[in-house]
Amino acid sequence: MNGNKAAKPGAPGRWIARAAPALAAPILALAALWAGFALIKEGWIAGGLAAAFAAVWGVAGAALLFFVANWSVERLGPKVRARALPFVFVGPAILVMAWYLAAPTARTLFLSFFDASSRGFAGLDNYAYVFTDRTMRIAFLNNLAWLVFGTGFSVLSGLVIAIMADRSRFERAAKSLVFLPMAISFVGAGVIWRFVYAYRPEGDAQVGLLNALVTAAGGSPVNWIVERPWNTLFLIVIFVWLQTGFAMVVLSAAIKGVPAELLEAARIDGASELRVVRSVLIPSILPSIVTVATTTLLLTLKVFDIVYAMTNGLYGTEVLASQQYKQMFKFLHYGRGSAIAIVILVAVTPMIWYNLRQFNKREAFS
Amino acid sequence: MSAADERAPLPGADFEEAAAVSRLRRVSVRKVAGRLLLNAVLALVCAAWTLPTLGLLVTSFRDPDMVSRSGWWTAARDPKGLSLDNYRTVLAGQDWSYVDSSGKTVRLRGENMLGAFGNSLAVTVPSVLIPILVAAFAAYGFAWLKFPGRKMLFVGIVALLAVPLQIALIPILRDYQKAGLNGSFLGVWLAHTGFGLPLATYLFYNYISTLPRSILESAFIDGASHYTCFTRLILPLAMPALASFAIFQFLWVWNDLLVALVFLSGGGRAMEVLTQRLLALAGTRGQDWHLLTAGAFVSMLLPLAVFFGLQKHFVRGLLAGSVKG
Repeated sequence: MNGNKAAKPGAPGRWIARAAPALAAPILALAALWAGFALIKEGWIAGGLAAAFAAVWGVAGAALLFFVANWSVERLGPKVRARALPFVFVGPAILVMAWYLAAPTARTLFLSFFDASSRGFAGLDNYAYVFTDRTMRIAFLNNLAWLVFGTGFSVLSGLVIAIMADRSRFERAAKSLVFLPMAISFVGAGVIWRFVYAYRPEGDAQVGLLNALVTAAGGSPVNWIVERPWNTLFLIVIFVWLQTGFAMVVLSAAIKGVPAELLEAARIDGASELRVVRSVLIPSILPSIVTVATTTLLLTLKVFDIVYAMTNGLYGTEVLASQQYKQMFKFLHYGRGSAIAIVILVAVTPMIWYNLRQFNKREAFS
Repeated sequence: MSAADERAPLPGADFEEAAAVSRLRRVSVRKVAGRLLLNAVLALVCAAWTLPTLGLLVTSFRDPDMVSRSGWWTAARDPKGLSLDNYRTVLAGQDWSYVDSSGKTVRLRGENMLGAFGNSLAVTVPSVLIPILVAAFAAYGFAWLKFPGRKMLFVGIVALLAVPLQIALIPILRDYQKAGLNGSFLGVWLAHTGFGLPLATYLFYNYISTLPRSILESAFIDGASHYTCFTRLILPLAMPALASFAIFQFLWVWNDLLVALVFLSGGGRAMEVLTQRLLALAGTRGQDWHLLTAGAFVSMLLPLAVFFGLQKHFVRGLLAGSVKG
């Protein structure tokens, strides 16, 4: 390495001459970045230009920090470099994850034992509230419905469509159409489905597709998102509409991986197509089904946007994440908000444990 | 074996063979019918899946009066009622005029989605690029550098993969309020970076650690530093993994509502992103379907362009990102 000669003892002055800029550079870089931040924050640059400038400043700033940190460490000689260089590479990631995920887990747990303003110790009061309050009970029940029906219907319809598309004449087109909603935000999907569910009093022209169908069949219009307890199911339909594409794509890939001879052998033995699917195809793609189901399940546990955009939790559609948001911003009760967050975390713990076990089993890390 | 093969006449068939052929034929008729039914049902399912979006698209071009008087499926009867007016209103903001107390007419321009589009871009671009940069450095460090605590730190990252971001909202919001980061782009970028990093680092590590070590060794012999190696060699080689994550993260950030609601709340209306603005539109003008549908479509433009333009990568990105917490 080229740093070897320069680090020979007997030249402390030269070492300091080298080290001083190495220490000054990161400080200068940080100061420059902070100045840029203040410039944007104070509104010195106006309108759309500010947004563009901010974006460039942000990305360039992150790159600059890495460059400067590396430059400094390189100047400090091989001994320091060998020690410090790994932390130039992994340090920023570790710091950010520690600040944004690891520490908050402990801090939220801590806050969940305190009152609304996080000043007075509240013991288990917040948890007592979470498990006994009437609205919270509705939220738990609804979340359970989301978990069961949201996951169940998404995976089931994804599986059925994947199997059908595999045997159809327009597989690519069919898959594209079902997959397309994955690009749409939950809020956008909310608008799309509000329009499908739109309700006008009987006698008026129905502009919502569903009520138009109902009235055309001779029924009277229904206010779908108000009618409890079915309204939660109608919200879940939106989720299924969005998530089926994901299940379909993963399961479709798994189906392509099943050897054709296996299916052919069953057919030659005289099995009906339905039987082939049930007894051969589905068992061989079971691991993929489990993966899709757990991924979707995690999403249903944290579902927020659809409920917030469609009903804001009114008409008995509250879920855990929407309750957490309300406790934070509407009631300004950080204790209860934290307790709900901890409940959500506990619910996903099996998944964390499973990830760790898979990682240890693979032993990819040597 | 296709249906056509089974129907082929057998030369010199005797009675028994003829019976077998007719049995086969019956089976194949059932098979053809089954296949027809399957295609028909699938076509129906696809139609049902597309109709809601189609309704949105059609309505966004219709005249406001027409929208409230008849269903969008009747739009074809009156093609003259279709125009881009709704988009003009939604993008530029509606003009409001009222007479104030002194009798002067005041003209005001309402909320528009163009500004929110710019904000969404300003939030999304760095929120995609910064975590990629930080995670790629970290993945290289974990894959090629030796340091104490390496395995323990990586196990920690794996554990964080499924941690829900709800856990971070309150503590981080309090930090932001103290540091003046609430309602700033920087705050949102850092939040998205933090929430996206475990997955990005994990994915990039999986990819970078499988690159052959010999590439690096030959570079070191040429006197390259780890930094040069990373930027000149590993970063270009890891591009497929970076692109997959980029698409997933782009969708996630662009379509996000919760993080924007929590961490941009201090910035007021001027900093709202598209999802927030669309929600505001739905709240205040919930019955103005012509504006709401046009607004929703504006918010979907970029993701849909990515969807149609990069469908293959899009699928790969989603599959890669499916375990995010």
